[in-house]
Amino acid sequence: MGNSNIRAALLALAVAGLAGCAPELRGTGDLGLVVERASGRVKVIETTGHTSLATVSGLGDLSHATAVFSRDERYAYVFGRDGGLTKVDLLQGRIAARVIQAGNSIGGAISQDGDLIAVSNYEPGGVRVFDAVTLQPVADIPARYGPDGARSKVVGLVDAPGKRFVFSLYDAGEIWVADFSVRAAPTIQKFPNIGRLPYDGLITPDGRYYIAGLFGEDGLALLDLWNPAAGVRRIVDGYGRGEQPLPVYKMPHLEGCASASGLLFIPAVGRHELLVVDSATWRETARIPLHGQPVFAVARPDGRQVWVNFAHPLNDAVQIIDVAALKVVKTLNPGKAILHLEFTPRGEQVWISARDDDRVDVYDTRSFERIASVPAEKPSGIFMTSRAGRLGS
Amino acid sequence: MLNPAVPLAFTAVVGIAGAALGQPLPDRQTEIIHRLKQDCGSCHGLTLKGGLGPSLLPAALDARPDEYLVHVILYGKPGTPMPPWSFEIAEDEAAWLVARLKQGIRDGQ
Repeated sequence: MGNSNIRAALLALAVAGLAGCAPELRGTGDLGLVVERASGRVKVIETTGHTSLATVSGLGDLSHATAVFSRDERYAYVFGRDGGLTKVDLLQGRIAARVIQAGNSIGGAISQDGDLIAVSNYEPGGVRVFDAVTLQPVADIPARYGPDGARSKVVGLVDAPGKRFVFSLYDAGEIWVADFSVRAAPTIQKFPNIGRLPYDGLITPDGRYYIAGLFGEDGLALLDLWNPAAGVRRIVDGYGRGEQPLPVYKMPHLEGCASASGLLFIPAVGRHELLVVDSATWRETARIPLHGQPVFAVARPDGRQVWVNFAHPLNDAVQIIDVAALKVVKTLNPGKAILHLEFTPRGEQVWISARDDDRVDVYDTRSFERIASVPAEKPSGIFMTSRAGRLGS
Repeated sequence: MLNPAVPLAFTAVVGIAGAALGQPLPDRQTEIIHRLKQDCGSCHGLTLKGGLGPSLLPAALDARPDEYLVHVILYGKPGTPMPPWSFEIAEDEAAWLVARLKQGIRDGQ
């Protein structure tokens, strides 16, 4: 590209830039997205000055929406409940591409090399895979199971090293590994009988272990991706000790619960407890009593703290666990209906969405003081661009 | 699966609802619809077209008896993730909600 071409490209970028009248180049490392679930919009936020840079509309039904990022951290891929897959240009604050790829969806992942976007669908049950640049379809994986070939809802979709996607079949009780290392000829490995109703899944930060949480069974299903021939095994089996679980008003999530220190902080289904599991032994090493049923238990990037939010009707609180002490050291009441929380890349701030207060608050994770607040309409998920550099997110 | 004893046990509830005795006050109606969309919506979808849980749109509910749906709202469905809501939804409110769901909940309400 010649000098004049470069200048033209820079100028175009600046003119279309977020600041509008003040052309300015910027990076995206301190950017994030806040989902405004009821309005079909996302806000582009920045975590240096704690402001909202742009609002992008027209993303459809964003209840339970999640996002992943392109490897250059310029684009977000937002997965809507209505099957919408939207590529958002963070720098220009606009939609770059959008497809309705299914009738009812739950989330997605980007491949290790950034080449493919996979979406997990409830209707029709399965996974669809798209080109990350164009959003053109690449592969369709119907989640068929059983003698009559019924289709299962798919949950817990993550990416894994080697251009693989791993996901769980909610109705079938299976884990599938789809290998796209040869893009035109993907292969699928199926692991049946993992347990009843897997509701979510996670991959450990090193990309080695995939874990599916099971609803209605006191345990989790573990797959070692370094040794898939060993199959899926049950871990922390019987954590409920035969007691009747409480009714669950919001399904827990497993994302973010694995810390850098090798401990996993797993929400116990139907209990006011967090299970602490050591990934060296896969045994429960502690159990932390909590304010309510945990939904997200997210480790701060350095692994020293875990922040937890809760299911309805106790969803006005956030508790902070000190990992050295393995106990709750602080309880905050940031607002009404706390739906999600997300750390900045190095963990000095955490952003917390208070749905029924229509705002996102920013807390200092050392002092626990609120340092900023950004208005947002019925905010739910918060996603920082640093996810681009992490497996499984 | 529906316990066959349930419809009989809840005939009385439907009788009351049918007589429109238990119409919630307007503020409470707004609150219940908010809960429906935001909290029930976690599993049934914000637009009620279904998610991990089934669709709550009229086409999906029409064939189900009111008393069965009221019972599921109040007492949940054992063996599935559907929890009981009787701790914060009264019987007459559940009956009102079932009637509203069968009419279809429009945007803005």
